[in-house]
Amino acid sequence: MSGWSMIRIATILVYLFLFAPVAVVILLAFNANQFGGFPIEGFSLRWFEALWHNDAIVRAFKTSLLLGFLTSMVSTTLGTMAALAMVRYDFPGKRTISTLLVAPILIPEVVLAVALLLFLQALSMPKSFGLLLMGHVVFTLPFVVLVVQARLVSIRRDVEEAAMSLGATPVQTFFEITLPLMLPAVMAGMLFSFTISFDDITGTLFWKPGGVETVPTQIFAMLRNSISPEINALGAVMVIFTIALPLIAASIARVMAMRKLRASNRKTQAA
Amino acid sequence: MADTTNAVELQNVVKRYGEFTAVKRMDLTVPDNSFVTFLGPSGCGKTTTLRMIAGLTDVTEGDLLIRGKRVNNLPIHKRNLGLVFQNYALFPHKTIFDNIAFGLKYRKVAKADIAKKVTDALELVQLPHVADRYPNQLSGGQQQRIALARAIVIEPDVLLLDEPLSALDANLREEMRVELKRIQRELGIATVFVTHDQSEALAMSDKLVVMNNGIVEQEGAPEDVYNNPASAFVADFLGHSNIIAANLGSPNAAFTSVNLQSGETLLTTDEQTAKTKGSTDVRAVVRAEKIQLSDQSDTGEGVIAIPGKIKTVDYLGQQARYFVTANGRDWQVINPIDARPHKEGADIFMHIAARNCVLLPGHQD
Repeated sequence: MSGWSMIRIATILVYLFLFAPVAVVILLAFNANQFGGFPIEGFSLRWFEALWHNDAIVRAFKTSLLLGFLTSMVSTTLGTMAALAMVRYDFPGKRTISTLLVAPILIPEVVLAVALLLFLQALSMPKSFGLLLMGHVVFTLPFVVLVVQARLVSIRRDVEEAAMSLGATPVQTFFEITLPLMLPAVMAGMLFSFTISFDDITGTLFWKPGGVETVPTQIFAMLRNSISPEINALGAVMVIFTIALPLIAASIARVMAMRKLRASNRKTQAA
Repeated sequence: MADTTNAVELQNVVKRYGEFTAVKRMDLTVPDNSFVTFLGPSGCGKTTTLRMIAGLTDVTEGDLLIRGKRVNNLPIHKRNLGLVFQNYALFPHKTIFDNIAFGLKYRKVAKADIAKKVTDALELVQLPHVADRYPNQLSGGQQQRIALARAIVIEPDVLLLDEPLSALDANLREEMRVELKRIQRELGIATVFVTHDQSEALAMSDKLVVMNNGIVEQEGAPEDVYNNPASAFVADFLGHSNIIAANLGSPNAAFTSVNLQSGETLLTTDEQTAKTKGSTDVRAVVRAEKIQLSDQSDTGEGVIAIPGKIKTVDYLGQQARYFVTANGRDWQVINPIDARPHKEGADIFMHIAARNCVLLPGHQD
């Protein structure tokens, strides 16, 4: 057997190891039988229907969506501003601040979770949805900062200087030139923070106030009682949701770019 | 007090970055309609000066006037300037039309007028059919023309050009140089041009400002600066010069002898000796292309012949650059090639006319 076919087989095995469990969950979500197992006995959407009628899950889903949406908004706004400051301005302590901003990626999430909790206890503040949101912002922020910073570095300063020399104020220059040019990175950062927040369980378990569940913590709670096929269905929904969102966003971006290019080509030919 | 016929005026302008002084006490005027070039090696302060005029860098000391008005504290977007960068700096997400219209939009020009002005500007830079394209669909030279159109369409008080030709390749650069000069003439717009390329500077300027280490070494018409360098730096930076310490001899009828420290004696004119302010310590500056090489000594009125040996030959096509050793000293000589360049190792005579021996006072700057 040649070296290449060994590598090919190894690759296939690794992918199987990574994705087979996910595939099993999705397959079992369509299983008609109450007790999961192979071979699958009949195709059914009853578990998805059950999901739809399970108030706790619907509530958790809404909470996750709201939390993800707010996290991505706050993180993207703060992260973009931080990236701008890091790339465009010089100020004392810049390096330290830059390291601190990215630090949450390097620190184990459990440590971060406990730290924030202890900190709030020291301030004798109770757990709240606000605290949960704050926690999510803390560890999604580095992703936004890194993505936007990378893009911003490639936007030449002289493009902004040209805009100002033509009479645009710094604020007008930001909205007319800088923001449109870095928009892809801002959108990517927003998607990143949404998905990370939507998927997170560790920090959420520590920070969530009583009675509030997100989809991951809801699944976790349900698993403690029994392995219901509903969980498979919920898992399938989560997988589809987190994969589809970036794909849809990317294809929208591509369609818009194509349309713009085509319009300009048409005009060029007409000229 | 302020002279309104000057587009830009710098009075005692200083720029410091912490301990480092980038521009030291600069006094300069850019007259209306004129083309002024800042020439110098990188780090000489030419770009810093341009950025101060533009408002992209603030002035540490002194006064900066545009059209007679002090603008030290006026932000860039309120100075009416046209700025062209080395890397074009077009807005990549906007069409060519929108790029050029950008400045007009902020000047509250009516829509119909904007279209007219943009079309005129595109005509002027000879790219009438690209309005709907995006910058990345144009070549480098075309992009730079658009950048120029964008800068002049707002009818700026001054046009500031920061090495605008440096990113273009050699042939295109010459074409753009002619084009740029034509447009500047046509519009009669005061222009400040920054470059490190001496041929661009000599070809384009009405006034040449040679800078080094944050000071103005010399300013004047290109021919004057070229033919009569005021310092060893200028003599060496513009073209190739032989600079040799010497002592002045006593004047004879027509010429004064210049005794080089390397042993030879040259002749010079009264016009040159007048610059030495009575001192006999001087430096003789002889441009490489003003020395004639030939096999035979052929001295005429005011011409000295120095025998030497050709050490190396640099073949450049229309001309050749020689290093000639005479009395243990190397001379640089650039001569047009007649049929064949002189051979390496050949014995040769260097002919130097008195009018080509320029003097600088003192043995050192």
